[in-house]
Amino acid sequence: MTDEPSAVPLVEMRGVEKSFPGVRALQGVRFDLRSGEVHALMGENGAGKSTLMKILTGVYQPDGGEIRIDGQPVTLPTPHAAQALGISIIHQELFLMNHLTAAQNIFIGREPRKGLGIFVDEAKLKRDAAAIFKRMKVDIDPGAEVGHMTVARQQLVEIAKALSYNARVLVMDEPTSALNETEVEHLFAVIEDLKANGVGVVYITHKMDEVKRIADRVTVMRDGQYIDTLPAAQTAMSTIIQLMVGRELADQHRATGTGTAEEVLRVEGLNRGAMIRNVSFALNRGEILGFAGLMGAGRTEVARAIFGADPLDSGTIHIHGREQKIATPADAVANGIAYLSEDRKHFGLVTGMSVRDNVTMASWRRFLSSGLFMQDDALGKVAEEYVRKLKVKTPHIHQETRLLSGGNQQKVVIAKWLLRDCDILIFDEPTRGIDVGAKAEIYRLLEDLAAQGKAIIVISSELPEVLRLSHRIAVMCEGRITGELDGRMASQEDIMTLATQRSSAAA
Amino acid sequence: MTDTAVQPAASGKPGFFTTQTMQKAVAFVVLVALLAFFSAFASNFATGANMVGIMQATAVNGVLGVAVTFVIISGGIDLSVGTMMTLTAVMAGIILTNLGMPLPIGILGAIASGAFMGAISGAVIAKLKIPPFIATLGMMQIARGLALVFSGAKPIYFNDTPNYGLLSPESSISKLIPGVEIPNGVMIMFIVAIIASIVLNRTIIGRMIFALGSNEEAARLSGINVDRWKILTYAICGGICGIAGLIVSSRLNSAQPALGLGYELDAIAAAVIGGTSLAGGRGTVIGTIIGAFIMSVLTNGLRVMGVLEEWKIVVTGVIIIVAVFIDIVLRKKA
Ligand SMILES: Nc1ncnc2c1ncn2[C@@H]1O[C@H](COP(=O)(O)OP(=O)(O)OP(=O)(O)O)[C@@H](O)[C@H]1O
Ligand SMILES: [Mg+2]
Repeated sequence: MTDEPSAVPLVEMRGVEKSFPGVRALQGVRFDLRSGEVHALMGENGAGKSTLMKILTGVYQPDGGEIRIDGQPVTLPTPHAAQALGISIIHQELFLMNHLTAAQNIFIGREPRKGLGIFVDEAKLKRDAAAIFKRMKVDIDPGAEVGHMTVARQQLVEIAKALSYNARVLVMDEPTSALNETEVEHLFAVIEDLKANGVGVVYITHKMDEVKRIADRVTVMRDGQYIDTLPAAQTAMSTIIQLMVGRELADQHRATGTGTAEEVLRVEGLNRGAMIRNVSFALNRGEILGFAGLMGAGRTEVARAIFGADPLDSGTIHIHGREQKIATPADAVANGIAYLSEDRKHFGLVTGMSVRDNVTMASWRRFLSSGLFMQDDALGKVAEEYVRKLKVKTPHIHQETRLLSGGNQQKVVIAKWLLRDCDILIFDEPTRGIDVGAKAEIYRLLEDLAAQGKAIIVISSELPEVLRLSHRIAVMCEGRITGELDGRMASQEDIMTLATQRSSAAA
Repeated sequence: MTDTAVQPAASGKPGFFTTQTMQKAVAFVVLVALLAFFSAFASNFATGANMVGIMQATAVNGVLGVAVTFVIISGGIDLSVGTMMTLTAVMAGIILTNLGMPLPIGILGAIASGAFMGAISGAVIAKLKIPPFIATLGMMQIARGLALVFSGAKPIYFNDTPNYGLLSPESSISKLIPGVEIPNGVMIMFIVAIIASIVLNRTIIGRMIFALGSNEEAARLSGINVDRWKILTYAICGGICGIAGLIVSSRLNSAQPALGLGYELDAIAAAVIGGTSLAGGRGTVIGTIIGAFIMSVLTNGLRVMGVLEEWKIVVTGVIIIVAVFIDIVLRKKA
C-alpha cells in the first residue's frame, strides 16, 4: 500500500466476503478509493472484480465485511440506495432498453415532467441528454433508438447515464472492450474531467496500456483474494501481470509462421448494402488471416455474410475450390465454417443453459444414440475436457453460464467452436474480456490449430492482437478491403493508413 | 493463471435444489395442502367417486398442458390447443363413425391430423416470421371453423365403435388390481407425461427446444436448423392435442364440435403454475401435471364445499398469479 497521509478515503471496503453456491467469490477483500483518483482493479477472469464492485453498488449483498463512505459505515441494500449515495456503475454487460431512445434510457424513471407532472417533457429530456453527450464530446443523437446503435455507442449511452446521476463514485467494468481508439480517447478525456471534479473512478480492465494511461493506483486480485495495491506509474507492467497470474508470462509479440499454399476459402465480389463493398479474398490451409479496421469498417458484416447469418446482395463463396451456396449458418457449419460472434451475450451464449450444453450445442448430433437420445455422459466428458483445456472457472459443468464471469463465458463460446472441429474458423474479437494470461493461451491455441491445418480468420480491434497472430492482414475501411499486409512485417502505422483510407482517397 | 485459479469441474450431477426442482416441490406441497384442506373441511371430498371425478377432469387439461409446455419452453405459445383438440376429435369421429374404419386408424388419424395442423402453425411461425401469438390465434379459429365444417356443426357419436370408451372412462387397471379405479384417460395422461418427459430431458429434440427457448439467435448461429426444430415442436404439440381429443371424445362418447374454446387458457395456466416460464427456456412436464391437478382439485373442492361457480374462476386466477410470484421469488434467490 502506498498510503499518503490523506484525508478519509471516499470509499473503504474491509474484509468483504461473498460466496455463491460452489464458489467463494470474495475472501476478506479490501479496497479503497480516494476522491479524484482513478483506481484500476485487475485480476484474472473470475478473480472477483465484478462481484466486488456489484457489492459496492448494491447489486449483491456481502456475506461479511464493512463498507464505509466518507468514513461512515453504510449498508447498500439496493442499487438505488447506492445511487442515492452517489455511487454508479457501468456494468460489463450492458443493460439498456433497446426500444427506447438514448435520452429515454439515460433518464429512465427520472424523466422531467410538465403539465401537472403527467407528461414527460421530451424536449427537456433531449436537451439534458444532449448536454451530457456534449460534455463527453461524443456525437450521439439523443433521439436515436438504442437498439439500432453499435455496441460502442450503446456503451457511451450507458456512461452518459451514469454521469447523469452526478456520481461521486463511478465504477466502470471493462468499459472499453467495445470502443474504438477515438472513442477510448473521448472516454479518457471524460474520465480526466471527472477526476478534476473530485469523482473517484474504479476502472476494471484487462488492458495494461490503459492502466498505465489513466490509473493512479492499481489493486490486484487473485482467486477472490486481495493481493496488493500499487501506484500505477511507478510499477512495471510485468510486475502487475505477475501478481495477477502468479507467475511470469512469456509470450512473443509477432506471428512467425505462414500458411500453406492450399486454398481453403475464397470469396469473390461480396456485396451487401453499404457495409460490404466488393470484398474478395482468399484463405489458405494453416493460415491465420487477420482482419483489421476501425469499428464499423464492415469486418463483422463480412464474417456474418460468409457464415450465412445475413443475406448477400451478390458475390460467391468457394470452399476447397468449389462454389457453395450458403444461405444459413447451418449451411455454413455443414461446409466446415465456424463463426465466433463478437457479441457473446446475444449471439454466442445461451445464458440459461449449462456449461456442458453450451460447449456441446453445435455438436449435439455427434452425441446421439439411436439417432435420438443424448449421450449425456459423453457430453459431460468432452465438456470437462474443454473446461480443463481452456481453464474455464466454474464449480461444475452443470452451472448455468449466466453465473460465470465475463471472461469465462467467452471461453465457453470458444470451446463450443473448438469442439465442433470446423476447417475454417472465423473468430470475431475472440479475446474480448479475457485476462492477459488466458489471452496468451488462446493465442497459442490458435497457432496450434493453424499448425494442425485449420484456416483461421481473426477479426480484432486490438492492433497488437492482430499483429501478434496474423500471418497476413486484410485491412478494411467503409466496407472495402483497402489493402493486404504481410503480418510478419506490417506495423501499426501501415494498418492505420489503410484503415483510414476513405473511398475518395482510394485509387 | 496458477493452477489454483482453476477449479476442476466436479463430475457430480447438478445440485438437486435447483430452482426447477424447488418450483416443482412448491407446486407439489401446494397440491398436498389443498388435498388435506378439502379433505378436512369438505365432507364429500375424500371419497373414491370424487377422486375419480377429479382425475377425469385432470386428464384432458393435463394432456393439453403437456402439449403447450413443449411450445412454451421453445419460446413460443400455442393458443390453438383447445380447438385443435376438438378438430382432432371430429377427425376421429369422421374416420370411425362416418367411414367405419377400425379404432387404431381413428386414433392414428386424430394424432396425425393434430400433428399436421401443428406443423402448419410451426411453418407459419418459422418461415413467415409471424409471431406465435398471432399465428396460433389464427390457427385457433381455423381449427374451430374446420371442426364445425367437417362435422356439419353436429356432434358425432361413437355408438358404432363399442371399444371407444376404453380411451377414457373405463378403467383397465381396476381389472388387474381391483379397487384401483383409475380411469384409462388418466393412465394415458401419465403415459404421455412420462414419454414427454423423456423426450424433453433425454433426446436431442428436448435439448433443441430448450436451446431455442433460451436464445434462438445463438442457436441459429451455432449452425442449428432453427426452423426445422420449431416446426417439429409445434407438430409435437398438435399431435399431443390429438391424444387429448381422443380422451375428451371418449369420455363424452361423442365429438362435440362446439367444445374447445377456453381449454387453451387452462392448459397454459397448468403449465405456468407448474413452473414453466412464459419467457421460454424453462419448464418441466411433471410441473405441468401437478399444475393441472392443482387446478382440478381446487375447482372440485370448492364445488364440493358449495362455493359459487363464479368464485372458483376468481380463485383460479389468484392461484396463477401466486404461482408465478413464487417462481420469481425463487429465481431471484438462485
Ligand atoms: N451470481 C453468481 N452465481 C454463482 N457464481 C457467481 C455469480 N456471480 C459470480 N460468480 C462467480 O464468482 C467468481 C467471480 O466472478 P466475477 O464476475 O466477479 O469475476 P471477474 O473478476 O469480474 O472476472 P472477468 O474478468 O471474467 O469479468 C467467478 O467464479 C464466477 O463464476
Ligand atoms: Mg467481470
